[in-house]
Amino acid sequence: MNWETVIGLEVHVQLATKTKIFSGASTAFGAAPNTQACAIDLAMPGTLPVVNQQAIDYAIMFGLAIDAEISKTSVFERKNYFYPDLPKGYQTTQLEKPIVGRGTVAVQLADGSSQSVRIHHAHLEEDAGKSLHEGNFRHGMSGIDLNRAGTPLIEIVSEPDMRNSQEAVAFAKKLHSIVTSLGICDGEMSQGSMRFDVNISVRPQGTTELGTRTETKNLNSFKFMEEAIHLEVERQIDLIEDGGTVLQETRLYNGETRTARSMRSKEEANDYRYFPCPDLLPVVLSDQRIETLRSNLPELPDARQARFIEQYQLSPYDANILGADTSMAGYFEQATAKSGNAKLTANWVTGELSARLNADNLSPDNSPVSAEQLAALIVRIADNTISGKMAKEVFEGIWAGAGDADQIIEARGLKQVSDSGALEAMVDEVLAANQSMVEDYINTDPDKRKKKLGGFMGQIMKASKGQANPQQVSQILAQKLSEML
Amino acid sequence: MHNLTIAELVEGLKNKAFSSTEVTQYLLTRIKSLDTEFNAIITVTEAEALKAAQAADQRLAQGDAPALCGVPLVHKDIFCTHGVRTSCGSKMLDNFIPPYNATVIENFQHSGAVMLGKSNMDEFAMGSSNETSFYGPVKNPWSTDCVPGGSSGGSAAAVAARLAPGATATDTGGSIRQPAALCGVTGLKPTYGRVSRWGMIAFASSLDQGGPMARTAEDCALLLNCMASYDSKDSTSVDRPTPDYSAHLNASLKGLRIGVPKEYFSEGLDPDTEQAVRAALTHYENQGAELIEISLPNTALSVPAYYVIAPAEASANLSRFDGVRYGYRCDNPQDLQDLYCRTRAEGFGEEVQRRILIGTYCLSAGYYDAYYGKAQQVRQLIKQDFVNAFEKVDLIMGPTCPSPAFKFGSKGNDPVAMYLEDIYTISTNLAGLPGMSVPCGVVEGKPVGLQIIGNYFDEARMLNAAHQYQQVTDWHKLAPEGIQ
Repeated sequence: MNWETVIGLEVHVQLATKTKIFSGASTAFGAAPNTQACAIDLAMPGTLPVVNQQAIDYAIMFGLAIDAEISKTSVFERKNYFYPDLPKGYQTTQLEKPIVGRGTVAVQLADGSSQSVRIHHAHLEEDAGKSLHEGNFRHGMSGIDLNRAGTPLIEIVSEPDMRNSQEAVAFAKKLHSIVTSLGICDGEMSQGSMRFDVNISVRPQGTTELGTRTETKNLNSFKFMEEAIHLEVERQIDLIEDGGTVLQETRLYNGETRTARSMRSKEEANDYRYFPCPDLLPVVLSDQRIETLRSNLPELPDARQARFIEQYQLSPYDANILGADTSMAGYFEQATAKSGNAKLTANWVTGELSARLNADNLSPDNSPVSAEQLAALIVRIADNTISGKMAKEVFEGIWAGAGDADQIIEARGLKQVSDSGALEAMVDEVLAANQSMVEDYINTDPDKRKKKLGGFMGQIMKASKGQANPQQVSQILAQKLSEML
Repeated sequence: MHNLTIAELVEGLKNKAFSSTEVTQYLLTRIKSLDTEFNAIITVTEAEALKAAQAADQRLAQGDAPALCGVPLVHKDIFCTHGVRTSCGSKMLDNFIPPYNATVIENFQHSGAVMLGKSNMDEFAMGSSNETSFYGPVKNPWSTDCVPGGSSGGSAAAVAARLAPGATATDTGGSIRQPAALCGVTGLKPTYGRVSRWGMIAFASSLDQGGPMARTAEDCALLLNCMASYDSKDSTSVDRPTPDYSAHLNASLKGLRIGVPKEYFSEGLDPDTEQAVRAALTHYENQGAELIEISLPNTALSVPAYYVIAPAEASANLSRFDGVRYGYRCDNPQDLQDLYCRTRAEGFGEEVQRRILIGTYCLSAGYYDAYYGKAQQVRQLIKQDFVNAFEKVDLIMGPTCPSPAFKFGSKGNDPVAMYLEDIYTISTNLAGLPGMSVPCGVVEGKPVGLQIIGNYFDEARMLNAAHQYQQVTDWHKLAPEGIQ
């Protein structure tokens, strides 16, 4: 039987506010445990929450960005459960009246097609602290770090509109792109700034009734998300085909072992006893507040991609990659402004630069090669001072801190030989020294001669110690050989 | 000296008739000798009090003394006090020393008041008799085999026994007014949002409100001037200026329209108490006020609605007491579940556990609509009753409680009988309205109270009415036998 996969996502996005959603404690990542937890975060008796208006603004901005309904009145509720990293014994969240209602996100797929994913709602809530089960704790003991407790989150809940892992990942990446473009999230997945819960079910192709779903929680990379979906879809299909039934349950995926396990079944699920939080008034929004935020929304990925195609004549593919990420887009525009060559700059930013940044887990904002430095390098490629191959060496030099492009070209004598007289002499010399290759070339079927050119090119470049301008050499070589026929 | 009112103390301190150190030392000595009997105070802060009194005397000498400079008070042990154990009457917080002050405490510090100690109370403010305190019951100074009322029984008894001229208290369903009535003192629960809840340990957040207790309405006005403030740390605090509650105490009552709800004079009201209240109403008529019979038809629903909403909120508010970060923790927990279960079973008393269970049940899946949802609808109806009434009247008056103080243990086995103690006070909490209790008679040797309910933020008018009543009556001046 053919199976159809149905996927819906719940995405937790940490908002980039300086302080927590209900207290004045800092939200900065990486501080020593429990140094960023005040009396409110510790749920000391008598303390009270006051909502961070920046978090409200950020949630509204997200809603506006996905063209969603913004609730004029939204309500915080208490979700009750006991856990040591949940100091109050309840999480303050939204249920019946979330701040962001229905919206849609347009997703571009790898094959160039696009898809629309419906958003059911997005609500504001506080993050929990962290339980630490490893480290220097006595046997059987766990540590609690409440630095994260009270960090503002929006939870974005999609409709089950995705049919495979590629669509789910493309949607997740689009959300990442939107929230980072808005500046409401730092997008640092490795620090937990975005976390994905994936609801997965399967059903026979052609049927409309949804199968029983499972929820795989807390995936914090696109790669893990893709792997976890594959694994779970396979598990569900195998289970059904072997005559079993899928149980509604919460599952955990382990990215290191690439395995998943059941965390709790529906029967074991808590009764959260939600009720409106009496310590917080309903959040009432004025039209003016919403309209002010709307008119100040930064450029969103879709608009930026369209502008890149229009303004820089980039291919949709390049525009897609460069436009999706705000800092990447900023880097590209800065470099292009200096280099004057959008196409070449786009190639370098999406190619060499991205590869090196990814390898070192860096963002364009803290790239060792600045946009100005890359632009100066591109200028030297464009004016034929150096070849593409040399450029890679120069790029590595800049990356390693050896100086700017011109300094490295000068210091390493990397200047390309473009003098046609000198190049002709070089070609003549190589042809004279390789008579047998020349004869072989002449005797080869004309259709296949092109393949033989590589051998000559290699010899010439070697003779020039790599400094000959390859485009010019190739022209001269073709000319000389044709004269010999 | 212990018979001086706050107004008289302020005057005497200003005129250097006595120093704050003298008054403070006098009252500390009095507490030491008398409170072994009443048990009104959990923690006496002698060293801090004397230090604060000395500082107050310096300011008084310099002539830049704030309103309550040097006036000794006791604070209900529900208000967090920096560096001073704040137990909330519970074993759970017997070892809890807050690193911050409640806003109310800050306000009193700014006005130069001196804290004598922390007063006893029902555990987590859950009770109407002060019998649920971990620190043992408070005895009613009028009759030590009777309860002082609750939950602010310690504050009421301390004022009645002249251990302090005034006290802070809190009221979730009557916890200021009922003990004030049973101990013969004057107490005011302000409009919800008038007094900051920051640092006031929560019982039921949408109902809790701090307020003053003293022997006179005039003193309550002085205390409220200090207690009431807008506080950005409390989201439910209302941002409006605090009036001078002392300014209109002497306004004439001529033409004042007083609503008398017929539901407050029905079955269950002790006849002698009714007679005392009726007599007080006649005083008002004599002062030119007009009595208008009104109806608050949903009064009977207030107790059941309250005993859904308050426990529901409490069940969540008390979840933080889990033995993880502060407060009581059971010995040798075997695992997390054991830590939670034994900490809470050992740390909370019976009544607190009962209310947590009721609240948890009311919020559970499948029961929410029938209990919590319905109770919220009832709450709206009760509120609307008052809104309708206040279209026709300026104040509402009736009894504070159905009868005078009862004997210890007499309602201990019947929670519902105990809950009915608050039948006349609960609905103002549900509506968020201000309410007051003023001594208006003595029945069987024990005081009874007249309740005055005002419209939202109309505390000044209530205090005016109470003060005028106290100008022509002496009930508030009576002291328990052996106290004078």
